[in-house]
Amino acid sequence: MLKLPIYLDYSATTPVDPRVATKMIPYLVEKFGNPASRSHSFGWEAEAAVEEAREEVARLVNADPKEIVWTSGATESNNLAIKGAAQFYAGKGKHVVTVTTEHKAVLDTCRELERQGFEVSYLDVQNNGLLDLEVFKAALRPDTIVVSVMLVNNEIGVIQPIAEIGEICRARGIIFHVDAAQATGKVEIDLAALKVDLMSFCAHKTYGPKGIGALYVRRKPRVRLTAQMHGGGHERGFRSGTLATHQIVGMGEAFRLARLEMGAEKERIRMLRDRLLKGLSDIDQVFVNGDLEQRVPHNLNISFAYVEGESLLMAIKDLAVSSGSACTSASLEPSYVLRALGREDELAHSSIRFTLGRFTTEEEIDYAIKLLHDKIGRLRELSPLWEMVQEGVDLSTVQWAAH
Amino acid sequence: MAYSIKVLDHYENPRNVGSFGKEEEGIATGMVGAPACGDVMKLQIKVGKGGVIEDAKFKTYGCGSAIASSSLVTEWVKGRTIDQALDIKNTQIAEELALPPVKIHCSILAEDAIKAAVADYRKKHGEQVSA
Repeated sequence: MLKLPIYLDYSATTPVDPRVATKMIPYLVEKFGNPASRSHSFGWEAEAAVEEAREEVARLVNADPKEIVWTSGATESNNLAIKGAAQFYAGKGKHVVTVTTEHKAVLDTCRELERQGFEVSYLDVQNNGLLDLEVFKAALRPDTIVVSVMLVNNEIGVIQPIAEIGEICRARGIIFHVDAAQATGKVEIDLAALKVDLMSFCAHKTYGPKGIGALYVRRKPRVRLTAQMHGGGHERGFRSGTLATHQIVGMGEAFRLARLEMGAEKERIRMLRDRLLKGLSDIDQVFVNGDLEQRVPHNLNISFAYVEGESLLMAIKDLAVSSGSACTSASLEPSYVLRALGREDELAHSSIRFTLGRFTTEEEIDYAIKLLHDKIGRLRELSPLWEMVQEGVDLSTVQWAAH
Repeated sequence: MAYSIKVLDHYENPRNVGSFGKEEEGIATGMVGAPACGDVMKLQIKVGKGGVIEDAKFKTYGCGSAIASSSLVTEWVKGRTIDQALDIKNTQIAEELALPPVKIHCSILAEDAIKAAVADYRKKHGEQVSA
């Protein structure tokens, strides 16, 4: 039986996998000890669970468990990585490089660094959403100390060329941070091969609980950070605060499952995504936003031209999806990521992000395709833009009364 | 975003959607907004004897509140003279539809659409002085 509404917003968050939840519960009730308690078995038991989870997180990304620092999530990891590295290495230079399509947790952190006297270059992407390596190289300066580029974009799912960026940074002694919040369980990450110094993770995009994340901090060559949270000196001083054992156990189990199941899951989801794309491609004037090849299979970001995104969301309320439309944000600005692709504003306003996941079924995809066919037609009947285009008017030649 | 019952009603069952034939008598069109801003409203009025609006139609590209605002004004302008139509204020539209502050611009756009349609009528019929 099809259950409505259908969740197609896995990039916003994922449900906790029931196997993960089951593993977490004992750490709330019986095994409640503080992992920092060294004087009794309650503490030892909790510490063992935390270290087992740390190992699982490290294994998914082929790192050493000693390189994993627990945080409250990817936002905190990004803050600790970028501010921590910039502040520690400020003596070498004060220039930071990032990309305009990064998550706000990176962009706003960089804005804060600007207030602290650093200089930040925000690089544009190409029309497919990917960073041009030549543009990147040209932006580096002798005083560049930190580069931050995400692995998988949250809105359009494109995969940035971090292996190449890592080589360039390492050759110049620049600290390279990667926000991998959207990547775990979706793309292979091999930190033994990648020249990445810092990498942010969170649990809740990979079927773990919210409120827990990690930062990978490379040991060889050693990367140093200025701590942003002071207190009991937990996590080797990188991040003080009592460890949330149950959350950590959840993240460990979620990442263990991701490691074991990623291969098969990715292919299943790719099949569903292709089915969705094929099902929608016979609708007129439909555009995929972002590169379709260099992209995780979980994401399909589409603009339905001449239909405004929020009204479409209202029409398809049986689908839980998100939109780049201005009306869905308080700012009344369309998605800055889509604008960065050079999309016309009306296409940015007309975009819908579908993100598929572990519990998405073929039946759900078929329902979504049918619903969209019905509703796009209805909304285009309502759209003066669609009418004009049908009459052969070139909208770019119209003198609009902007407001 | 939570929508009022009236917005949902107009959105689900928009009144007077469509366009008049180009050759019909007494038709005037107001088109306001811009695709780049995320909303465009087209309001058409059919003006009969004595400047009375006999019929109205709309098409709107925009959010649910924009669609509802334009649907509502097609109901409100019918039966009014063009001068009376100009008395419709965005605050009345916003109040009727219980629009939240972030959606007030939709009601302003609907008011502008009425003004634009009336201005178009007057331009076509040289009635600027009759008011």
